[in-house]
Amino acid sequence: MSAEMVDLLLKALGETIRMVVVSMIAATIAGVPLGVLLVTTARGQILECLPLNRVLAGIVNAVRSVPFIILMVAIIPFTRLVAGTSIGTTAAMVPLTIASIPLIGRQVETALKEVPYGLVEAALALGATPMQIIRRVYVPEAMPGIIAQLTTVVITLVGESAMAGAIGGGGLGDLAIRYGYQRFRPEVMLATILVLIILVQLIQFAGNRLAKQLNKK
Amino acid sequence: MIELSHIEKVYDGPDGPVTALRNIDISIDRGEIFGIIGLSGAGKSTLIRCINLLERPTGGRVVVDGQDLTAMPPSELRKARKKIGMIFQHFNLLSSATVYENVAFPLRLDNMPENEVREKVEKLLHLVSLDDKTNQYPSQLSGGQKQRVGIARALASEPQVLLCDEATSALDPQTTKAILALIRDINRELGLTVVVVTHEMNVIKDICDRVAVIENGVITEMGPVLEVFTKPQRPMTKEFISVVMSNELPVAFRDQEISPTPFPGSKLLVRLTFLGESADEPVIAGLIRQYPVEVSILYGNIDHIKDTPYGRLLVGIEGTPEAVEQAMAYLRARDLEIEVIGYVR
Ligand SMILES: Nc1ncnc2c1ncn2[C@@H]1O[C@H](COP(=O)(O)OP(=O)(O)OP(=O)(O)O)[C@@H](O)[C@H]1O
Ligand SMILES: [Mg+2]
Repeated sequence: MSAEMVDLLLKALGETIRMVVVSMIAATIAGVPLGVLLVTTARGQILECLPLNRVLAGIVNAVRSVPFIILMVAIIPFTRLVAGTSIGTTAAMVPLTIASIPLIGRQVETALKEVPYGLVEAALALGATPMQIIRRVYVPEAMPGIIAQLTTVVITLVGESAMAGAIGGGGLGDLAIRYGYQRFRPEVMLATILVLIILVQLIQFAGNRLAKQLNKK
Repeated sequence: MIELSHIEKVYDGPDGPVTALRNIDISIDRGEIFGIIGLSGAGKSTLIRCINLLERPTGGRVVVDGQDLTAMPPSELRKARKKIGMIFQHFNLLSSATVYENVAFPLRLDNMPENEVREKVEKLLHLVSLDDKTNQYPSQLSGGQKQRVGIARALASEPQVLLCDEATSALDPQTTKAILALIRDINRELGLTVVVVTHEMNVIKDICDRVAVIENGVITEMGPVLEVFTKPQRPMTKEFISVVMSNELPVAFRDQEISPTPFPGSKLLVRLTFLGESADEPVIAGLIRQYPVEVSILYGNIDHIKDTPYGRLLVGIEGTPEAVEQAMAYLRARDLEIEVIGYVR
């Protein structure tokens, strides 16, 4: 493979990582509180508020039922509003973030539900406020689960970012389609796939390790 | 210290409302260890959780240390809860936090400075004999050690009340003894009022001053443990007591017909219960010396209810009907509980 190809590959990898990292951070900032609210506003919970719970669950389900590729196209006007353009790596981060928020919300919800309610009761009996319970009981207790779930989201994001790249977003997906497919250079296709596999493996490995390290059960 | 008046609790079950507690009135004194015993589903947990309002009663008032918890806004209730410690059957420790951090948890809620936290946690861990486990995680501890952490955590905010919901039910008998002894020491040394919920009569017997028996959400019997033990009124109470104090007759008499009247060659079976001081009196010796009767001891044991020695004897008294009558009169005049079982061969 030529030096030029290696350069292209590295650049594409950099773009992919940028898309994934930025969207992941943005989606986590919104998605974790969403997950916390999904759990704590449910019946019998510390912030019980059924109407809010139903609205949030409804939004989450609605967004999640739209396939990413359609979501991406559907929100182009919004993307333009936020990013100033609808093509390119930066623009791709908008749909990636939007798609990941409800996913993270659900994943965090799943992780938090694993925390035995007895721990919440013990904290209540000690006079903890709902915020203290979230910060000092739910989040630390669910942390290994949250990390494991977020790892899955990062991997999903790698896939989705490739899709976004294919329609003008840059990154590994873009490279594979433009060079590997349209210019018929199978070695580029192969190299891209290999890089993707390694990337996903590394993410999974790091996630597993971190989750394991945090798990004191 | 704790006044429960007309407590009612109705749950909205899937098949309509479930009444878990009905018209409960209990008044628990300062410094007392109060036991609540009942079968599974009787409403024990619901009741003890009503004391710190983990479960809000649907009717009645809960007053702790002169404060009506049922009338408080949430922020005041949280403050009041800090004065009511609680320990649980399954310990409910944070698995992600060390022993130290678990005990520090209630202190951190109040943003206590780190040096004070350290001093306090070390003192508490010493009190529960866990000085050497400071940096372990709960998963590295035995059940008894976990409950000790639970106790230390419950005591951290210097409560006046300690609620124990089946605190020893997940532990083996020896560990149970040790944890009960610890609760008793805390009660004595810190003057804590303790409420203990259990389905095990030996817990009541070992540490409680008073006991309430709960059946289907209703208190059916309540009083000093000694009294309830020696004069149980309800069949269920007797059942509970029989677990720690067998009321069965020795095998030799179990299949015999027990006659209410004497017959030739019969002896009268009598169960004698000695309490406290009377346990020292030489009753049997007196009996044999003064009356022409033969006394055989068929069963005997000495136990303690909390700190009171408590002896039980099953004796057979043999003699002429008149002599047996006189012997019984002698016994009745002593400071004993007497249960006449009947005449056997
Ligand atoms: N959250 C709830 N919703 C509906 N019913 C409940 C709820 N909690 C308890 N109950 C019912 O209330 C009754 C009393 O339950 P509780 O847990 O107080 O019993 P318990 O005496 O503590 O039993 P155990 O010894 O098994 O712990 C039971 O019939 C139970 O089914
Ligand atoms: Mg219970």
